[in-house]
Amino acid sequence: MTNWLRPFRAARRMMQAMVGLPSYDAYLAHMASEHPDREPMDYRSFFRDRQQARYGGKDGGRCC
Amino acid sequence: MTSSRSIARHLPWIAVAGLGALAAGGMAIQRGEQVNALWLVVAALSVYLIAYRYYSLYLAHSVVGLDPARATPAVRHADGLDFVPTDRTVLFGHHFAAIAGAGPLVGPVLAAQMGYLPGMLWLLAGVVLAGAVQDFLVLFISMRRDGRSFGELIRLEMGPLAGTIALIGAFMIMVIILAVLALIVVRALADSPWGMFTVAATVPLAILMGVYTRWIRPGRVGEVSVLGLIGLILAIVYGQTIAENPATAALFTFSAVQLCWILIGYGAVAAMLPVWLLLAPRDYLSTFLKIGAIVALAIGIAIMQPELRMPALTRFVNGSGPVWSGALFPFLFITIACGAVSGFHALIASGTTPKLIASETDARFIGYGAMLAESFVAIMALVAASILDPGVYFTMNAPTALLGTTPDSAAAAVTAMGFPIDAATIAQTARDVGEHSIISRAGGAPTLAVAMAQIFSHVVGGKAMMAFWYHFAILFEALFILTAVDAGTRAGRFMLQDLLGLISPRLKDTQSLAANALATVLCVAAWGFFLYQGVTDPLGGVNTLWPLFGISNQMLAAVALMLGTVVLFRMKRQRMAWVAMAPAAWLVLCTGTAGLLKLFSADPRVGFLAHAAKFRAAAADGELLAPAKSMADMQRIIFNDMVDAALCLLFLLVVVSILLLAIRACLDALRRDAPSAHETAVAA
Repeated sequence: MTNWLRPFRAARRMMQAMVGLPSYDAYLAHMASEHPDREPMDYRSFFRDRQQARYGGKDGGRCC
Repeated sequence: MTSSRSIARHLPWIAVAGLGALAAGGMAIQRGEQVNALWLVVAALSVYLIAYRYYSLYLAHSVVGLDPARATPAVRHADGLDFVPTDRTVLFGHHFAAIAGAGPLVGPVLAAQMGYLPGMLWLLAGVVLAGAVQDFLVLFISMRRDGRSFGELIRLEMGPLAGTIALIGAFMIMVIILAVLALIVVRALADSPWGMFTVAATVPLAILMGVYTRWIRPGRVGEVSVLGLIGLILAIVYGQTIAENPATAALFTFSAVQLCWILIGYGAVAAMLPVWLLLAPRDYLSTFLKIGAIVALAIGIAIMQPELRMPALTRFVNGSGPVWSGALFPFLFITIACGAVSGFHALIASGTTPKLIASETDARFIGYGAMLAESFVAIMALVAASILDPGVYFTMNAPTALLGTTPDSAAAAVTAMGFPIDAATIAQTARDVGEHSIISRAGGAPTLAVAMAQIFSHVVGGKAMMAFWYHFAILFEALFILTAVDAGTRAGRFMLQDLLGLISPRLKDTQSLAANALATVLCVAAWGFFLYQGVTDPLGGVNTLWPLFGISNQMLAAVALMLGTVVLFRMKRQRMAWVAMAPAAWLVLCTGTAGLLKLFSADPRVGFLAHAAKFRAAAADGELLAPAKSMADMQRIIFNDMVDAALCLLFLLVVVSILLLAIRACLDALRRDAPSAHETAVAA
C-alpha cells in the first residue's frame, strides 16, 4: 500500500501502545486464524473492553 | 581473521567510550568555571550506550540466558487482548510510557541542592548497575512465569509469608507516593489562579473527551487527544486572562490547605467514577503531553546549550541543606529515587509488558533499555535545575521558615546561604513566569517549570512566551500527577481489598458497592492524612514526605533485586547472582541507614523521634513551637511524628524480613541438586 502513510501508521500504533490499547487488526487476525467460528467484537466493543481492562483493574497503578 | 573482525566490531563502541571520557574530562577540566550542559548530556548518553551494549548483553546472555526459541506468554496464550506478541519498538513505547512519571523529574531537582555532580554520578551508576538490572530481571522473571504480578512472583519463589509482607509494603508505598505526588500539585497550585484554572479546566475537558470516545466517535484516541490538546492550550491562554482580572482570579485562588481538601475530595470521587469518563481520557492527554514535553526538553537543551550555573558541589553535601535535611550518604540516594532505581517499576515490569513480549530476547531492549531512557529524563531534569541561577533555585526550594514571604527577606536569606541574589531578581522572575511569588515553591515541579520555561522560550517565543511555557510545564506535571492520584487510588483500593480479604472475605468482593466504597475511603484517608501533614508542615512537607517516599521506593527495589537473587540461585546460576546481590546490598545499606537515621537521629531536622521529643519537651513547659498555634497543634505534630516513625519502622521490618526470607530461599536452592525455579514449563 501507499508507502508515505507508513510512518503515520507506525506513529499511531506507538501512540495507542503508550495508552495501552492493543492493535485491533492483530485482534481480528487472531480471531480469524484461531477462532473462525466466533464472531469478533466490533471496534467499539473492543475499545471499551480494553479501556475497562486497562483502567478498571489492578494494573491501573501509574508510576511515580 | 575472525579475531580482527571481532575487534572491529568493538571499534564504534570504543569511539563512544572515548567521547564519553572526553565529555567527562571536559567537565573535570572546566571545574570552577561554568560548564556547558551539553557535556553532561553527552557523557550520560555515552555511558548509557556502553552499558547497554556490554552489560545488558552480559545480563541477557550469560546471567539469565534469554532463549529466542522459547515461546513467550504472548505467543503461548495469544488471545488478541491481554496476550499479544508486539513489535519491540512499539512495546518499548508502551513500557516507557508506563514507567516514566513525576519521580525522575522531581528527585534530581531536589538533589541539585548538593550541586549537579553527586546527582549525575548516582543517576549514571545507579541506573546501569541497579535500576535497569532490576527492571530487566523482574521483566524476565515474570515473562518466564506467564506474566504473573510482582506479589505472585514473590509468593511463588519465596513463600506465602514473603508474598503477604511484600503486599503490605507495596500498599504503604502506594499511600506515600500518592501523598507526595498530591503535595507537589498543592505546592505548585497554591495561590496561583492561572495554574489552578488551567488544571481545573482539564476536568470538564477530560469528561468531554470521555463522552466523545464513548459515544460520538468511539475509540478515536488520536483524534480526541488532538481536540484535547487544543482545549489545553486554550485553557493556558485564558488562564492568563482569568488571573489578570481580580474578580475571576479570586475564584481560582486557593491556599495550600484548601487545595489539600479539594484534592482529597477529588481523589475519592474520581476513583469511583466509571473509568471511561475521566481517568482514561485524561490519561491519553497526560501520556502524550508527557512524552511530548520530554522530547521537547531534549531538543530544547540541544539547541540552547545552556551553561550549568549550579556549582558541581555545594557546601550542603554536609547535610545542612535547606531543601531537605541529611548528609550525602545516605540521603542523596534516597532523594534521587526513580531516575537511578525505582522499586515501583517492579510492579510495571510484572504488569502488562511481560504479556506482550514477542521474543524473549526483546526483554533486554525493553527492560534494560527503557530504564536507561527514564534515567536520561532524570539527567535532563538535573540539567534543568542546574541551569537556573542558584539564587533562584534556593529561593524556590527553601522553606518559608527560612526565607520569610517577601522578596527582600528571601534575597537576604539566600544571599546569606552563599548564593547572592537581589530582591529585584526574585520579583522579576515571578513576573516573567506570570506568578505573584516564586518564594518557597517547594516540591520540585515549579522549579522545573521555571527552567523549562527558560529553555522553551529560548527556542520558541522569547521572553513574551515565558509565562505561557511556565504554565504549560506546570499543567503537564499536574496533569500526569492527577492521573497517577486517580489511578493509584484505584490500584490502592484493590491492594487494600486483597489485604482486607485476609480478615474478612466479604471485604474482598469487588462487586460489592459498600466494600468498594469502604476500601476507597480508607485508601484516600490514608494518603490524605500524609498530604495534610505535609501541607501544614512549616518546612514545606517535602522535607518529611520525600525521604519517606524515597526510602520506601528504594526498599521495594531492594526487595525486587532480592527476588532476582533468589531466582538466580534457584536456576543454579548463583555464580552470576552478584549482578542482583551487589545492588540489593547497597540499597539495603542506604535505605537501612536512612531509615534508622529518620527514626533515631538526635537532630530533630532528621529524626522523627527527636522531633517529637523536642515538641513534647516544649509542650510540657507550656511553650508553643512554630507552626503550632495551640497546644492541640503541638499534640497533633507529636502524633504525626509518631506515625511517620511507625511507618519508617514498618518499612525497615518489611525489608529485614524479606531479606531473611530471601536468604532462606537461597540456602534452600543451594541444598538442592537440581534447579528449583518455578518457571512455566514450555514444550520444546
